Amino acid sequence: MLLHEIAHCRTGDKGNISVISVIAYDKNDFELLKEKVTIEKVRDYFKDIVKGPVNRYTLDNIAALNFVMEDALGGGVTRSLALDKHGKTLSGALLEMEI
Amino acid sequence: MKEIRIGSGAGYGGDRIEPAIDLMRNGDLDYLIFECLAERTIALANLEKAKDPEKGYNHLFEYRFAKVLDEYQSGNRIKIVTNMGAANPIQAAKKLVEMAQSRNIQVKVAAVVGDDVIDRLEKYRDEVIIETGKPLASIMPEVISANAYIGARGIEKALASGAEVVITGRAADPSLTVGILLHEFGWKMDDCELLGQGTIAGHLLECAGQVTGGYYADGAAKEVPDLWNLGFPIAIIKEDGSLEITKTQTTGGLVNEMTCQEQTIYEIQDPQNYYTPDCIADFSQITIEQTGVDRVAVGNVSSKPSNGKYKVSVGYHDCFIGEGQISYGGYNAYQRAVMAQEILERRFELTGMELSEVRFDLIGCNSLFGATLPCPGDYSEIRLRVAGRTSDKATAIRVAQEVESLYTNGPYGGGGVTMNVQEVVSIASILIDQSDIEIEVEYFESEVEDVTA
Repeated sequence: MLLHEIAHCRTGDKGNISVISVIAYDKNDFELLKEKVTIEKVRDYFKDIVKGPVNRYTLDNIAALNFVMEDALGGGVTRSLALDKHGKTLSGALLEMEI
Repeated sequence: MKEIRIGSGAGYGGDRIEPAIDLMRNGDLDYLIFECLAERTIALANLEKAKDPEKGYNHLFEYRFAKVLDEYQSGNRIKIVTNMGAANPIQAAKKLVEMAQSRNIQVKVAAVVGDDVIDRLEKYRDEVIIETGKPLASIMPEVISANAYIGARGIEKALASGAEVVITGRAADPSLTVGILLHEFGWKMDDCELLGQGTIAGHLLECAGQVTGGYYADGAAKEVPDLWNLGFPIAIIKEDGSLEITKTQTTGGLVNEMTCQEQTIYEIQDPQNYYTPDCIADFSQITIEQTGVDRVAVGNVSSKPSNGKYKVSVGYHDCFIGEGQISYGGYNAYQRAVMAQEILERRFELTGMELSEVRFDLIGCNSLFGATLPCPGDYSEIRLRVAGRTSDKATAIRVAQEVESLYTNGPYGGGGVTMNVQEVVSIASILIDQSDIEIEVEYFESEVEDVTA
């Protein structure tokens, strides 16, 4: 199963940190999300992009996870050499992750 | 119980104006906010102000307020709170008064100042830059601006003095909303539950269309009606802090639990500790519940008192980026793009190009995610891009020119070269004590001729 089958995502940025939310469409899938979309798995998935630590926060009432990925944006929106300096497209890649 | 309706008229400095005017006409609003500052905007605005002391406020300021004054002229006088003042709120306020005067409209405008701390930056030279861990002194010679993210109190004061339009510089995004609520409801800075609810209201409004279906629409699971005509959000807030997000029915878009969930977590890190100049909000126990068509109740957000610090964005001359792109298409397109990349790598080496960092992208293949996702084997077209970081402009130009020279000296059939050279202003953040800053409010008023006399 791919992540987009049970969850939706949005990416934000703060400096060189990329933040990706992973939210269950159905609250009944939240336990599965927590079990399958781990810090280790996300860090490994983005190993080509994210150079710093990855953290995960939980918002139980809205069945949401928040991944905070440091050193992820080539220096951040003001100085990155990337085309997508905000990393706004990153959640689209995560939605293709096998879980 | 008293309730007020706040509309969000802009999610960034260059945003559309039509949804804001729709809100003024159809939103039954008490207030309209325009949130127009990103991290670097204020540094660039300071550069403009240095060139021309009458500039340094939002580029669309006159355009937007011409439309707002059209509404005022027809009696539709909704109060405005905005950080469009950027580096020069006073000049923006004067400009608005001049515009109002020329139309014979009476208006009292407030400029909130005090966020600019460039004149006392020396005293913070030992403060640690959050992004790099180095002392501020390390970039001091390159510094061009320093603005603190100030909070809601200046806005509250301006509204209490009868201002109809409040223009700030670097006020924090949610503080535009919190300032209105402090004024309207007499909330205090130690009302933790109320300030939490006020902060989430401001947070959900600050990106405008992002909570009404923008940055969200995606296929059958996330359909948005009439996205082309996206409406902007309204927060309905009661004196007890209860909050609903909604929109007008005269526009497209939608407000549902999913749009509010996504925007709640947007750009926040630890949901238990969302730092603003006004408080440390706790979104971790938030509840989000559909209560009607395009109507969602948001609750259970609390806060802790502010840590007494302001974040200061220090803008500095960082580097130059030279960039070039070229397309290859048809038979063997991918192989020719790879060949072109190898040529550029050799040329940079041969010509001793001094680059502190260089990046190659094959657009359509790996420019967004590197090797994270697999690339298909064949392409009908592909675009090579190179970007190099340099310390001087001449070298940045040479990076771009190396791509152009592939027209005649590179692989078969390269086309559509674009070149770009950019001077990069970056942001370093430090923390300072709130007590170091005095927030002040200045007032400007248009004088109106009595046309009935």
